[in-house]
Amino acid sequence: MDYETLKLIWWILIGVLLIGFAITDGFDMGVGMLLRIIGKTDMDRRVMINTVGPHWEGNQVWFITAGGAIFAAWPMVYAAAFSGLYSALILTLCALFFRPVGFDYRSKIDDPRWRNMWDWGLTIGGFVPALIFGVAFGNLMLGLPFELDPMLRPSYHGSFFGLLHPFALICGLLSVAMLAMQGGAWLQLKTHGLLLIRAQSITQITAGAVIILFVLAGIWLLLGIDGMHIVDTKPVGDKIHPLMKTVAYGNRGWQANYLQYPLLWAIPVLGIVTAAITLLLSRAESVLAFLSSSLCVACVILTAGVALFPFVMPSSRDPNMSLTMWDATSSQLTLGLMFAAAVIFVPIILLYTAWCYRKMFGRVTKEYIEENSHSSY
Amino acid sequence: MIDEAVVDLSRLQFALTALYHFLFVPLTLGLSFILAIMESCYVMSGKTIYRDMTKFWGKLFGINFALGVTTGITMEFQFGTNWSYYSHYVGDIFGVPLAIEGLMAFFLESTFIGLFFFGWDRMSKVQHLICTWLVAIGSNLSALWILIANGWMQYPIGAEFNYESMRMELASFSDVLFNPVAQVKFVHTVAAGYVTGAMFVLSVSSYYLLKKRDIPFARRSFAIAASFGLASILSVIVLGDESGYTVGDVQKVKLAAVEAEWETQKPPAGFTLFAFPDQEEKRNHFEVKIPWMLGLIATRSLDEEVVGFDRIIPDNEKRIRRGIEAYALLEKLRAGDTSQETKNAFADMQFDLGYGLLLKRYTENITDATDEQIKLAAEHSIPRVAPLFWTFRIMVAAGFIMLFVFLAAFIQSARHRSAGSRAILYASLWALPLPWIAAECGWIVAEYGRQPWSIAEVLPTYMSASSISRGEVIGSLTAIIAFYTALAVAEVYLMLRFTRLGPSSLGTGKYHFELIGKPEPQA
Repeated sequence: MDYETLKLIWWILIGVLLIGFAITDGFDMGVGMLLRIIGKTDMDRRVMINTVGPHWEGNQVWFITAGGAIFAAWPMVYAAAFSGLYSALILTLCALFFRPVGFDYRSKIDDPRWRNMWDWGLTIGGFVPALIFGVAFGNLMLGLPFELDPMLRPSYHGSFFGLLHPFALICGLLSVAMLAMQGGAWLQLKTHGLLLIRAQSITQITAGAVIILFVLAGIWLLLGIDGMHIVDTKPVGDKIHPLMKTVAYGNRGWQANYLQYPLLWAIPVLGIVTAAITLLLSRAESVLAFLSSSLCVACVILTAGVALFPFVMPSSRDPNMSLTMWDATSSQLTLGLMFAAAVIFVPIILLYTAWCYRKMFGRVTKEYIEENSHSSY
Repeated sequence: MIDEAVVDLSRLQFALTALYHFLFVPLTLGLSFILAIMESCYVMSGKTIYRDMTKFWGKLFGINFALGVTTGITMEFQFGTNWSYYSHYVGDIFGVPLAIEGLMAFFLESTFIGLFFFGWDRMSKVQHLICTWLVAIGSNLSALWILIANGWMQYPIGAEFNYESMRMELASFSDVLFNPVAQVKFVHTVAAGYVTGAMFVLSVSSYYLLKKRDIPFARRSFAIAASFGLASILSVIVLGDESGYTVGDVQKVKLAAVEAEWETQKPPAGFTLFAFPDQEEKRNHFEVKIPWMLGLIATRSLDEEVVGFDRIIPDNEKRIRRGIEAYALLEKLRAGDTSQETKNAFADMQFDLGYGLLLKRYTENITDATDEQIKLAAEHSIPRVAPLFWTFRIMVAAGFIMLFVFLAAFIQSARHRSAGSRAILYASLWALPLPWIAAECGWIVAEYGRQPWSIAEVLPTYMSASSISRGEVIGSLTAIIAFYTALAVAEVYLMLRFTRLGPSSLGTGKYHFELIGKPEPQA
């Protein structure tokens, strides 16, 4: 397979992994965020946690694998982004610490203070990473102040507080609302009674917030942010590295790809439509509400990805040094090999994940938790 | 210029987080197999006591697993956050096993662990047993890929330097996959994990037997742990000996450091049992030697040499000098002189490029390095000897003590007298920390012994660090230490509580505290 196609495939595959992460891990992070909001009693909260109990671990691997895949397919992106956004990443990491232990340890001891502490932990473990991922995406649109020296060593010239641009914060809130919506939609599938009603309401509220924030971010992007475009580059199928091209500002609001292929406008439009469907169907059709919520998550992420394409990590310090999916990639052999691995394993993963969800199908009830108090979360 | 403090702090952070992560990993590796064995006993015999055993040890497994997952995320992040030049320089190769680990192993383990805990009533016995086995297989496959990545750091074969992209690129995946160092490390490490799982079960069961509680439950657990542990500790020792028989130059340096071989001995070399290595004077104080033994272990012969530092350091100095030439050629290539002549000259020299990069720590311009700087770089081209010498001996001693404990426990349970000798039960109880001590020491030998390289002979640790500030690393280090301490407190608290409760924690109504109607003990 030629190098150019492989590069394109890996842009798609990393997108798939990130969307897979946002859809699956998104709902358990969302449940974490909503734990203290719609879980009024300890039993409510136990029910909520047990709806994701069998799944959150597998879900989180989407995130871990996305990280590994970026390392392997776009080593320079992994190097520049993780070291550049150092403090933000460490903060995310610390928030993620709460999740495995929060889920597993919380209900092992019957003490309100102990449980309350882990409930806060799970809330933080859902909210903080969601916020930071959104803020990070917003900053990609704005460009990050990094550069590469002639030995291709990345260095970053901004601070953590520099990331908190109002546009990026809107993206952060969008991400939080989106995952909370996903969590709410999941709870509609898996709970009943009062908790179900509260889950329906919160899904509707967050779906409304998603629409508003998504539209707001879109308008801001089109009116207030300069995109970038590649002026001159070697053929993208060649062995190229990030210091071989010329990039200029322009492409107002990153819309060149949408203008060139107007059909792509369907993606952001579908993002809004699916959020609206989630809002409308939440009271009536929980399965459809969850599906449309998942589709909405995919469309929102895809909207940003398509806008940036072929950029992955634009540099505001020196746009010429921006990282693209053409020039920040691994060698052809590595990409080909990893593609083969993905072709073999992704279908297998989807198969057994589906089997696992099927086995655990059904609503989690208060009675079930009471009967299995010693083995449930 | 790279800030030396950032490098040191990043190393400290990586060492702390890796050693901490590996407190949980070996128990996951070993206990997952023990759970699978116990559940197999349940499915084959139909006796519910084996199901209770699976569930109870599974509960402890879960408490441990949660922290293994938590601390594992840190490991994956850190290559990018603190070692970004490393990530760029070798990501083309090193990233591959990490990504495949996710796809092939970690997904498997994590998906089925959900069913292990929550699926008991949702599927047939055999289906659930399959889930448990898949968790065990997944966690072991995970170790395989991580150790392939780690093995490549020790012995980086199957890769080539590309001067245009300024990085190492994959040349042969099968070389990376079948790297002899990785293979030996994998079996040694997972076997050490089995020992850890076995010792954990043996030790906790001994506690119940000493307390005369839940005897049938504890006796069966003890027996499974004793036989699994004995087989495992034998493999660890045999395979550890196998890993003494090494390939690759850095492994030879490591061997010299572990044995404090300042001078090359006339073969067959003697084994230094005890000494105080002195790095300054390059000799050992108070040395006790066993003749012939090192030569036999390390070379499997009577006439091959074990190379000492008296030869290694001057050899490295020569390679540093060639490395300077390689670096000069690289600069020429990158400046645009890509004539065939320059390319050929670089191709001849490139295997010493890494040695040239060692000078980066002492001078900005490698090509202008003074004689003094070259000598200094050569002196520092070996790791510090004393910590390696001692950690290795602690590891081996812990291994042999465990061998005796498992042997005694195995004989005792084979004679169906496991409630008998209290001495053996006490020994099993107090041997609990040994597998962890051995494993942590083992990692110190492996990774500290790799210094000053992050990728042996290719990329110095100093060059690998990110361009970040001191303040950032101090901040992250503080946060991580604070979190890890708090998590450790919660973990140990729960572990103690549930081990004291024992199978009574399952709520079946059949075990000690439930039968005597006593209040449950508090940790």
